[in-house]
Amino acid sequence: MKIQITVNGTPRELDLPGLRRLLDVLREDLGLTGTKEGCGEGECGACTVLLNGKAVNACLVPVCQLDGAFITTVEGLTSEEGLDQLQEAFVREGGIQCGICTPGILLTAKELLDTNKEPTPEEIRRHLAGNLCRCTGYSKIVASVAAAAARRRAR
Amino acid sequence: MNGMLLLDKVPVERPALLQEALSALARVSNKPTILAGGTDLMVSMERGLLVPQGILDISRLDELRKIENLPDRVVVGALATYAEIISHPGMPEVLVTAARTIGATQIQNRGTLGGNIANGSPAGDTLPVLLALDAQIEVASVRGARMIPFKNFYTGYRTTSMADNEMILDIQIPVLPDGTKTWFRKVGARQAQTISKVVFCGRALLTPDKTVSDIRLAVGSVAPTVVHLPKTEAFLRNQPLSEKVIAEANRKARKEVTPIDDVRSTADYRRMVVGNLVGRFLTNLQQGD
Repeated sequence: MKIQITVNGTPRELDLPGLRRLLDVLREDLGLTGTKEGCGEGECGACTVLLNGKAVNACLVPVCQLDGAFITTVEGLTSEEGLDQLQEAFVREGGIQCGICTPGILLTAKELLDTNKEPTPEEIRRHLAGNLCRCTGYSKIVASVAAAAARRRAR
Repeated sequence: MNGMLLLDKVPVERPALLQEALSALARVSNKPTILAGGTDLMVSMERGLLVPQGILDISRLDELRKIENLPDRVVVGALATYAEIISHPGMPEVLVTAARTIGATQIQNRGTLGGNIANGSPAGDTLPVLLALDAQIEVASVRGARMIPFKNFYTGYRTTSMADNEMILDIQIPVLPDGTKTWFRKVGARQAQTISKVVFCGRALLTPDKTVSDIRLAVGSVAPTVVHLPKTEAFLRNQPLSEKVIAEANRKARKEVTPIDDVRSTADYRRMVVGNLVGRFLTNLQQGD
């Protein structure tokens, strides 16, 4: 099945089986290994990417539904100027330990901040409830997202 | 990953028009499996529980995404996602509450109301809401469309009363009489990303002196399908709510369900929670305005 997708701003034309997972397209076909597989069942959120601006589990999206799609992965957050504000906030606030959940967390957080400029800690936790972290206990993740939101508002 | 190679060979059809989808479903052989948001189907395929003969991807049927507020009812297209339902004005409050408890952000962005119904899990979170609110399901085949009252939709475990050439078009929820109270509660191991131990939706209309004039108590995860509690409801009808009546309703509700032990919970716990949720719903009604 031929599809046209745009990944991190770059248009691509691919010919792949209709049920191939977006997760495998990103990691195997496009070499973008920033998106991780944690469970393959949509329970852990490690594979979260933005599909037309919305956070989704890439392990649950098949190729057949990707024609015309705009995908943002963690690789798409960094620019020539360096890390984006969310990424910097996580580094500054200590919201990362092993890092395996981080790409998914960053993209879910990006969806939140793109739609809610001043999320409360409760709103942050609720929005990120689909992203599991085994290391941090979540406090610094919440603090990092709040710090990024504050920085954005200060701009 | 043998399963993945098999899935690579599964043909996928992506009709742009409803009629094409219905024709595909009407085929006598090579009947395809419908794919909407994929949050159930992709998991079944990943676990090797299902290798479909073919996939009918209905995601291009934009007319099935519409959500409409009409004077006498709300019409929610089968492809409306939980996120769309949550953010749409004028949705029944308990439907929004239920949608917010499904998975988390990522699942809510993809999962559909039609999918929740067609998948027909005994634990489907929207199902007690649809039962409590007397929803109607509009289904269609090449022979035309018809309405199925939600209370008649399931005939058994994960078995619907749709013919094998039918698919869900939309869900129609009537506007409730003025003064109707509703309440939803999902009890699970976690606040998100959890299948329920018990999931409940209640609907009631009281007279000014707190006598129950109409009541529906719908529960999931306690039977092979979503159920309501006709005996407890009959007991409550025309009763003035008092602590004594509420306690008796709690007891009756526990006796009316026959849940099982499974990985998530025990029959005993489920019975207790059903009684307590009914009790809490009634107490809220008694103490409310």
